[in-house]
Amino acid sequence: MNIAVCIKQTPDTETRVKIADDGKWIVEDDIQWIINPYDESAVEQALLLTEEHGGEVTVISLGPDRIEKSIREALAMGAHKAIRLDSDRMPTDSLATAQALIAVLQDGGYDLIFMGQQAIDGDNGQIPQFVAQALNLPCVTAVEEFHLEDGKGWGRRVLEGVQEKVGFSLPAVIGVNRRLVEPRYPSFRGIMQAKKKPIDVQPASLGDEHLVIERLSYPPEKAAGQLFENGVEAVPEVVRLLREEAKVI
Amino acid sequence: MTQNQHMEALDMSTILVVTELFEGEIRSVSRQVYTAAVQMGQETGQPVTALMLGGGNLEALAEDPGAYGVAKTVLVEDPKLAQYSPDAYAAVIAQVARAQEAGVVLMGASVTGKDLMARVAQLLDTSLAQDCVSFRIDGGKVLFTRPLFAGKVLAEVRVTANPVMATFRSKAYKAEEAPTSVQVERAQADVPEPLAVVAELMKSATKKLDVTEADLVVSGGRGLQGPENWGILEALVEVLGDGATLGCSRPVSDDGWRPHDEHVGQTGRTVAPDLYIACGISGAIQHVAGIASSKYIVAINKDPEAPIFKVADYGIVGDLFDVVPAMTEAIQALKVSV
Repeated sequence: MNIAVCIKQTPDTETRVKIADDGKWIVEDDIQWIINPYDESAVEQALLLTEEHGGEVTVISLGPDRIEKSIREALAMGAHKAIRLDSDRMPTDSLATAQALIAVLQDGGYDLIFMGQQAIDGDNGQIPQFVAQALNLPCVTAVEEFHLEDGKGWGRRVLEGVQEKVGFSLPAVIGVNRRLVEPRYPSFRGIMQAKKKPIDVQPASLGDEHLVIERLSYPPEKAAGQLFENGVEAVPEVVRLLREEAKVI
Repeated sequence: MTQNQHMEALDMSTILVVTELFEGEIRSVSRQVYTAAVQMGQETGQPVTALMLGGGNLEALAEDPGAYGVAKTVLVEDPKLAQYSPDAYAAVIAQVARAQEAGVVLMGASVTGKDLMARVAQLLDTSLAQDCVSFRIDGGKVLFTRPLFAGKVLAEVRVTANPVMATFRSKAYKAEEAPTSVQVERAQADVPEPLAVVAELMKSATKKLDVTEADLVVSGGRGLQGPENWGILEALVEVLGDGATLGCSRPVSDDGWRPHDEHVGQTGRTVAPDLYIACGISGAIQHVAGIASSKYIVAINKDPEAPIFKVADYGIVGDLFDVVPAMTEAIQALKVSV
């Protein structure tokens, strides 16, 4: 199988985020960068499929030089090769990023295109749908279980109060939930091999942006709460506060 | 398009709310978005239209949006829409948005809403502000607020193309009754052959109310020590009543103690209930990201240093196996005495 996985480099979930002076973006120094956790699961799913059916996994990512660290991590997990779409910035509008991805995906002859359903920085959750629609391919997002059966794809997605089992033909675009599969840790051998794997750098042909950030701000500080250290004895008082002060029960 | 033309387009057009139906009813998040749309319309002068689509039998629901001040409902009924397909639904929504000259298209940021609206945005050649928590009008333009970096930062964003599109997070707005009479219109649409089809729906076995839709969430973590101990949380949910449901932390769902759809946190569900009760949850940054919009947070934990207490309105340091049943009993007594 010929599989593409689109990944994004995002700040680690633990990273403290500082707003830049212009108020439009964050300060990118001192950030610990990781592969978007949803995309890590997408890489893992692709690797499991090529391990079973043969074929190659190509990792595609858009961004500046710094993202090559994350690309190498995906190669160390076992992906075979990579394309970096060179861009000094990450667009705010997912549509602009999707355009650049579509340009390289359309001639790749991929049987499956995996990516996270969303990235943990912007949480836009749009690129799988954009890519699929532009390529006229089926798209299933929020996929927590995936399998192939007689050349047909099946995805299980978890909605509010119900789950859907969705059937589709290949090629297809899959927006992966973190629940789909737990990503492997790269082995020492994998890390060494990744150093020799090719990363094809191409200029990114970004689309137009119609979503702009006007201003970033920090969420309002929450007032300090009340802490009761007397365990079960505090219950009557807390229940009273919930009824009389918070008025939530 | 010049500034002037853009504003004119806004004035002439309608605000279209795409309604999500579930088991023959309007999802609560859709009713909340009706209210947001009506508030937006009051400021911009635009009328609000609710859109419902399906295989049939929509007539019975058509007037429901009127309860929240929506003046018009458009129904698209077609046997080909009986089985849900995101691509076929997106194509029909885009057609209706064009025919109704929608200047704004809104939907709830449910799993379906987020999936569908991205597809519609691309078909309409515009952009989408996803998972917004509020809006405001500034100089005739709609500005949406949406959390970035798991809520560490709030971004005010604007869609510069037409129509403006956004999804609103569940509970960002409260559905407010504002009864008005509804004009019901039937529309035809070309339903394309679907590429992906929902073949089967599987009900969640454990409960009815989703954690994103509940007013009160009782959530358990590793401190519960095992899935067999969830009975004390279920008892608390029971006395809290119909608006209450169960949630859990990520480790608990990773270990298979609880189903994945109960996982609250950065890579799980983001919730904003009136009351969130965290039992035996330490409060990792990823969990706190998922509960930050809760109105009130109660934390019960043995460890006085647990980070969950930093975000709790009321924290109880103690053994949850004593505290939770005592709380259930006290609330039960309160309800009986009323």
